Amino acid sequence: MSTTDNVNRPADASAEEQAPKFKLFLNGKEEVFEPENTPEPDTPLLWVLREQLGLTGTKYGCGIAQCGACTVHVDDAPVRSCVIPIASIAPEQKITTIEGLSRNGTHHVQRAWQMLDVPQCGFCQSGMIMAAAALLRRNPNPSDADIDAAITNICRCGSYNRVRLAIRVASQVRTRRAPLPQDNAASKGTAQ
Amino acid sequence: MTTTTPFHSRLIDAQLIGALPKGLQALAQRQSGTALDAGDGLPRRSFLKLAAGSGFALGAFPLVASAQGAGGAAAGGLKPTQQPAAFVRITRDGVVTVTVNRLEFGQGSHTGLAMVLAEELDADWAQVRAVHGNADAAYVDPAFGIHITGGSNALKNSYTQYRELGARTRAMLLAAAAQQWKVAPSALRTQAGVVIGPGGAKLSYGELAEAAMQLPVPEQVTLKDPKQFRLIGQPTGRLDARAKSSGGQAFGIDVRLPGLLTAVVAYPPVFGAKLQSVDDAAAKAVQGVRAVLRVPLERGAEGVAVIAEGYWAAKQGRDALKVEWNTSGVEKVDSARQLAAYRELATKPGALKYDADLSKLAGAPRKISAEFVFPYLAHAPMEPLNCTVQLTGQGANAKAELWTGTQMPGLDALAAANTLGVTPQNLKMNVQMAGGGFGRRAVPSSEYVVHACAVAKAARTAGLDAPVRTLWSREDDIKGGYYRPMHLHRAEIGFDAKGEILGWNHVIVGQSILKGSPFEAFMVQNGVDATMVEGMKEPYDVPMKLTVHHPQQNVPVLWWRSVGSTHTAYVMETLVDEIARATKQDPVAYRLKLIEGKHPRHEAALKLAVEKSGYGKKKLAAGRAWGVAVHESFNTVVAYVVEASVKDGMPKLHTVTVGVHCNLAVNPKSVEAQVQGAALMGLGMCLPGAAITLKDGVVEQSNFHDYTVARITDMPKIAVHIVPSADAPTGMGEPGLPPLAPAFANAIARLTGKTPRQLPFKLDAA
Repeated sequence: MSTTDNVNRPADASAEEQAPKFKLFLNGKEEVFEPENTPEPDTPLLWVLREQLGLTGTKYGCGIAQCGACTVHVDDAPVRSCVIPIASIAPEQKITTIEGLSRNGTHHVQRAWQMLDVPQCGFCQSGMIMAAAALLRRNPNPSDADIDAAITNICRCGSYNRVRLAIRVASQVRTRRAPLPQDNAASKGTAQ
Repeated sequence: MTTTTPFHSRLIDAQLIGALPKGLQALAQRQSGTALDAGDGLPRRSFLKLAAGSGFALGAFPLVASAQGAGGAAAGGLKPTQQPAAFVRITRDGVVTVTVNRLEFGQGSHTGLAMVLAEELDADWAQVRAVHGNADAAYVDPAFGIHITGGSNALKNSYTQYRELGARTRAMLLAAAAQQWKVAPSALRTQAGVVIGPGGAKLSYGELAEAAMQLPVPEQVTLKDPKQFRLIGQPTGRLDARAKSSGGQAFGIDVRLPGLLTAVVAYPPVFGAKLQSVDDAAAKAVQGVRAVLRVPLERGAEGVAVIAEGYWAAKQGRDALKVEWNTSGVEKVDSARQLAAYRELATKPGALKYDADLSKLAGAPRKISAEFVFPYLAHAPMEPLNCTVQLTGQGANAKAELWTGTQMPGLDALAAANTLGVTPQNLKMNVQMAGGGFGRRAVPSSEYVVHACAVAKAARTAGLDAPVRTLWSREDDIKGGYYRPMHLHRAEIGFDAKGEILGWNHVIVGQSILKGSPFEAFMVQNGVDATMVEGMKEPYDVPMKLTVHHPQQNVPVLWWRSVGSTHTAYVMETLVDEIARATKQDPVAYRLKLIEGKHPRHEAALKLAVEKSGYGKKKLAAGRAWGVAVHESFNTVVAYVVEASVKDGMPKLHTVTVGVHCNLAVNPKSVEAQVQGAALMGLGMCLPGAAITLKDGVVEQSNFHDYTVARITDMPKIAVHIVPSADAPTGMGEPGLPPLAPAFANAIARLTGKTPRQLPFKLDAA
């Protein structure tokens, strides 16, 4: 993705009403920010997603692009949203978060993840899934070595072997579209 | 039942797996627990869609067991922990919601305990859900009497509890059906969420729940013979796998409340340092910052909270603070000086744990003299610590509500009430799904909850009438203390040519985790903290004299997954291996000789790992060596047989074969995941950079770039094998960790001739 000159020009105090509104192309939809809601230019994409747009599937884990819990796609490439200033993203650039990867968790990577019970605590898994999906787009049939090179995300629970297996399974099943399970309301994790 | 078509994932999994290449089929089948022939086994996971409008709860089992309420027995002589009302909710559509008395933070307790209850209830697993309990009295650990997720105790201590809860609920549903049909309950049977009566008549649990709630709760119930189990023991998918694969799972950090503000706190650079002065002009100028407030912290320290409309603004604000700290009154720990001091202490005997006759030690024909060093370790759970606090009302009507992922919600709720000045009755604790913990969310001083409460209180005093989430940055987490303590071990061992141990003199130096905590009274005895010495001497009945020193250090310490065994297993298992090698004995045979006839579970686990690994039979690739270790912690025995190599001074772990004895494996899939994760964390302790060090009182590491945790490239192949057993289950959250590092070290010793005696490994210094 381009991180050079900002093409999007948020929060410019001198810009008055004629200034174009700040926009993001997010999960297939254009998000238009009113001037009063326009984020500061250096705000990382992560926090705009999580705190302004309510897309909390993308996680904060380190803030320095080390752990990958915040991985999203920008123009189909995996990026660490915790270090991407919002102003560096052009309005036409396509941002995809875990919420936009599929409807109802039906992406082939997500299906493999569910089938193989990859998550444990699950906190890193949105980022893992986004990294895996991007890898498979680039390399539909990765070896374990390819997987190891591409998945630099941290999981403290130790799901790595299931991550490897699920990526290999996903790479094999992506062309098959079996009917998919409906949502299971279980374990939303909220207290009573 | 009013439902849409149930959809069992097992069927889909079978379809998917069937399409895979042969090599992957076997792997995927094994991992998913899916047979290609979907058969008539229990569905692995539910994807039942709730029919519109059917989500209405009967309230069939109203919560009667409130800590603030009766506290005593409402039904018969049953305790709050024994009453179905607090644990099972069945809605008309047949959905069974199980309230789990443990924090779910990856270990799988929500799925495991729901399975246990559903087994005795004869529930339809496809209809079962799990939710967190709170700080009410019903949700204490039935053995400990406090709310705690720790010590690998969920299944161990709540297995019978949840079976009985399921059986009681089933009995009430049976009684309701019997009344309706006017027959004796003994004429009825249950199957997958349905009561079946004379002539095959059926009533679903959903249809019966409302009537069942009117009936008395039976005190005595008969539990199934384990041979009858249909769910327990089956590899079962996690209830939360789907939510955790879609981004839909909410964690504590994701709590959203109207007007929510976020606080980031400037903590002193040295633990307990005083705040000298703060210039907050630049912080207040940051867009979105609402307040900058001084807040009391523990150890008499003070911090500066920046409260803003979101994390980024709060963090920018904090980074813009100009703070001067007064560190003059606090000890400034320095790792190099600390090591020297510990080394000196270890030359003297400390408080006595085990005594032994050491008269044969001096004259023993063979001797080992060894020193081991283990650093401080941060838990670094993936979800940074956070706690959200909402305050309402005034004076006697002041109320508080908290949202946080905590392993000890009861203790934290009391500490929060105390900090906030509200009565415990007016405080509501909402336990949140947590992104890991490994002990960091079980803080006897309730440090992170108390800090968040101090911030919320200060915010309200300053006129901010909004819920406040205090969020730790990763740097705050890594630098924030509550580490696995640094330890130094010193051992003098005398033995003969046959490997018979004639005398073993052992000293351990390290901070006490529990001194000064509410746990001190029963876990620190004769000056010995039980959490430091656990795992010493076991399982080998050797003549060991063990004494310990617990120096005070200005570094907060805490239990870290498997606690004392993180270092004691390493010391025991590498030393025993070294004696075997020194006396030219096979390390497996030597261990089996030492424990012969005394520790059948150790023997079974070790033999299983040996058999499955091909140890002693298979020829290893050039440059590889075997390493072995076995250790019991939290009542579970784990044995590792590993293959490792060393290339250019860099050790590498290739394969791990595991024998586990955890008695009955309620969910073998969960056992496997726990062992793999614990093994990886054990491996993580060996990696360069896996250490917290201090210089002049300041922690030197700050984030994942300089505090190493294991990555996918470190992950070896791990094959987990479970010793079959029908005995009541023992813990699985921690026991996989301790024996990994010593097994790896023993393989390195075979390759290099030297046992690494320092973690993380430094081979040239070994």
